[in-house]
Amino acid sequence: MTVTRQNTIRAAGVTDVVVIGAGHAGLAASYCLTERSIDHVVLERGEVANSWRNERWDSLKLLTPNWQSRLPGFGYSGADPDGFMSMPEVVDFIQAYADFSGAPVQSNTTVTSLRQNGDGYRVISSSGEWQAKSVVIASGACNVAVTPKVAEAIPAGIRTLTPHQYRGPQQLDAGGVLVVGASATGLQLADEIRRAGHEVTIAVGEHVRMPRSYRGRDIQFWLDQVGILDERYDEVDDVVRARRLPSPQLVGSSDRMLDLNSMSDNGIRLTGRLMGFNNGLAQFSGSLRNVCALADLKMNRMLDAIDQWIASARAGSDFPAPERFAETRLEASPKLTLKLDDGSIKTIVWATGFRPDYSWLHVPVLDRKGQIRHDGGVVAANGMYVVGLPVLRRRKSSFIHGVEDDVRDLSAHLHATLKAA
Amino acid sequence: MSKVVAAANQAANNGVNVAALLGAREALTAAPEAAQFKWRATSEWQSGTHTKSNVRSFFGLGEEHNHVEDYAFDTDHPEIFASEDKGATPVELMLVGLAGCLTAGIAAVAQNRNIQLNSVTATLEAGMDIQGILGIDSDVRNGFDGVRVNYQIDAVASAGEIAALVAQSQKRSAVFDIITNPTNVTVEVNK
Repeated sequence: MTVTRQNTIRAAGVTDVVVIGAGHAGLAASYCLTERSIDHVVLERGEVANSWRNERWDSLKLLTPNWQSRLPGFGYSGADPDGFMSMPEVVDFIQAYADFSGAPVQSNTTVTSLRQNGDGYRVISSSGEWQAKSVVIASGACNVAVTPKVAEAIPAGIRTLTPHQYRGPQQLDAGGVLVVGASATGLQLADEIRRAGHEVTIAVGEHVRMPRSYRGRDIQFWLDQVGILDERYDEVDDVVRARRLPSPQLVGSSDRMLDLNSMSDNGIRLTGRLMGFNNGLAQFSGSLRNVCALADLKMNRMLDAIDQWIASARAGSDFPAPERFAETRLEASPKLTLKLDDGSIKTIVWATGFRPDYSWLHVPVLDRKGQIRHDGGVVAANGMYVVGLPVLRRRKSSFIHGVEDDVRDLSAHLHATLKAA
Repeated sequence: MSKVVAAANQAANNGVNVAALLGAREALTAAPEAAQFKWRATSEWQSGTHTKSNVRSFFGLGEEHNHVEDYAFDTDHPEIFASEDKGATPVELMLVGLAGCLTAGIAAVAQNRNIQLNSVTATLEAGMDIQGILGIDSDVRNGFDGVRVNYQIDAVASAGEIAALVAQSQKRSAVFDIITNPTNVTVEVNK
C-alpha cells in the first residue's frame, strides 16, 4: 500500500468525501479537507484544470490580474503581478497548485451517476464506484454553452459556433459575422473577429459595463478594496439576478477598455437583443438604448461607490481625480433587422452564456431551471455541497481568488456534518 | 438610525402597494402556473373607420376576473383621412398604453426604492411614414419608424436616481416589450 497519496490512483471504494472536479474550486476544496484530515478523493473527467485546457478560445486571458490569482495556501509568485495569465499559464498555475497541495486527484475518471445511498452517496465513475458520506460538486459553471430558443429557427447555410467550439478567427469562413451577446465573451470575440477583417454585428441585451482601470488602479483592486466582491449572497439585493448576470465587459489587458464604444470605434455595428428569425431576417429588440442606459447608470453607481470609499478613507490625494466615461454611443436608429438570406452573414457566434451539466446527478436537488438548489453552497441534500458557481456565497465566488473563503466556510460545515453523523 | 432619518425614509408614498407586489412575486415564483394570465378585448364595428372596443374580463391566478367596471374605447381616424374622428386612432392608443405602462412602472419602482414622486408627466411621439399603410412603397413598414417618450419628473431624488427609475421601468414594462420585440399574432375568422 502506498503511503503518500499524491497523484496515486486508488482503487474505487469507500471514502468520507468525493470531490467531483479538479479545477481550481475542487482543488481548493481538497486543500481544506486535507487541512482537516478528512479522507477524500478528487475525481476528474480529464486532467487537472480540464476546462481551462480544452474549453477556452486561444486568445483568452484571465479577467483578473496575476496578483489576485490565489488559492488556499498558494498564490502567484511570478515577476508580473499586474499582468494577466494566458490559458496555458492558468493551466500551469492550477497544475502547480495540485502538485503543491498533493491533492488526491484521480484523472480520466468521469462521474456518470451520483445517487443517495443509505446515509451517503453512491458515485459511479468510468473507473469504478465510490461510496462516500459527503460529496462536493466542483464540476464547473460553464460545462454547456447555452443557446437561446430562437437558435432553432436559423436559416440553412449559416454556420454557428459556441464559445466552446470557437478557437480563433481563422476558423471562420469569409463573410459577415453576427455575435450574439455582449458579455466579456461576446465583446472579446467580436473584437478579434473584426480585427481579422470580417464585417461584425453584435446583438446587445443586458450587459455589465466596467472599465479595466479607474483612478490609476485596476478595477479589481477597487472592487476588492471597497468590499463589493465580498458582499455575501444573503446580503445581495436580488441574488437570483446576481447569479445570472453576464460577465463584465473586461479583457485581460491592462491598457484596453473593452466596451460598446470601443466596438463602434472598431467598426462593429451594434443592434438590440436577438429576438428571432423570420422570413430570412434576424430580428432585434428595440430596447438597445435602454439596456445601454441601464449599464451606464450601473457603472456610474459603481464608480460613485469607489469615489466615496476613497473620500471616506481620506485617500483622495493618493489617486488621480475621479472621471466619468463617455455614455454608450448609438446610431440614431439602430438596425432592427439583418438580412440572413443574401449571403452577407456567414457565421453566428453565440455568446449567450453557459450552464452546468448535471445530467449525471440523480438526487432531487435541481430547481425547475435545472440549477442546483443550495444555500450558499450547502445543497438541499444532507452532506452535499457545491462550489465554484457565480455568487455562491459572495460576489467573488466565481473568480479564482474568490473560492477560498467559500471552501473554508463549506469545509467547516462539512466537517461538522461528518462529526454529527 | 436617527428618528429624523427613519421618518424621512418612511415618507415615500406613491400610492403603490409594493408589499403586495413583492408578495405576489414570491408566491408566483413558487407557483408559476398561477402567473399565466390572459388579457382580452372585444370590439364592434360602428360605421366607416369607427370601432367601439370593450375591456371587461381577464384570467389570472388560476381564475376568471372582471374589472370593477366595463371600459369602452372609441377608435377612429381624423377628418383629414375623410373620417369622422369619433375617437383616437388605434396607433395613438398604442402610445396611451406605453405611457400608462411606463408611468405605472416608474411609480412602483419609486415606491420600492423609497423615492417620493411629486409629479410625473410624459409626452410621447411616434413617427410614421404612411406610404406604408397606403401601399405606395412596399419598403416602408406600416408601423412606427420610432417612438420618443419624454418624461418630466419631479421627485425627491437625484437626477441619476430618476434616470434609473425610468430605465428600470422600461426593463420591466410589458408594453415596452410588446412594442420593441416581435410577437406572434394569429387572426382567425369565424363565420
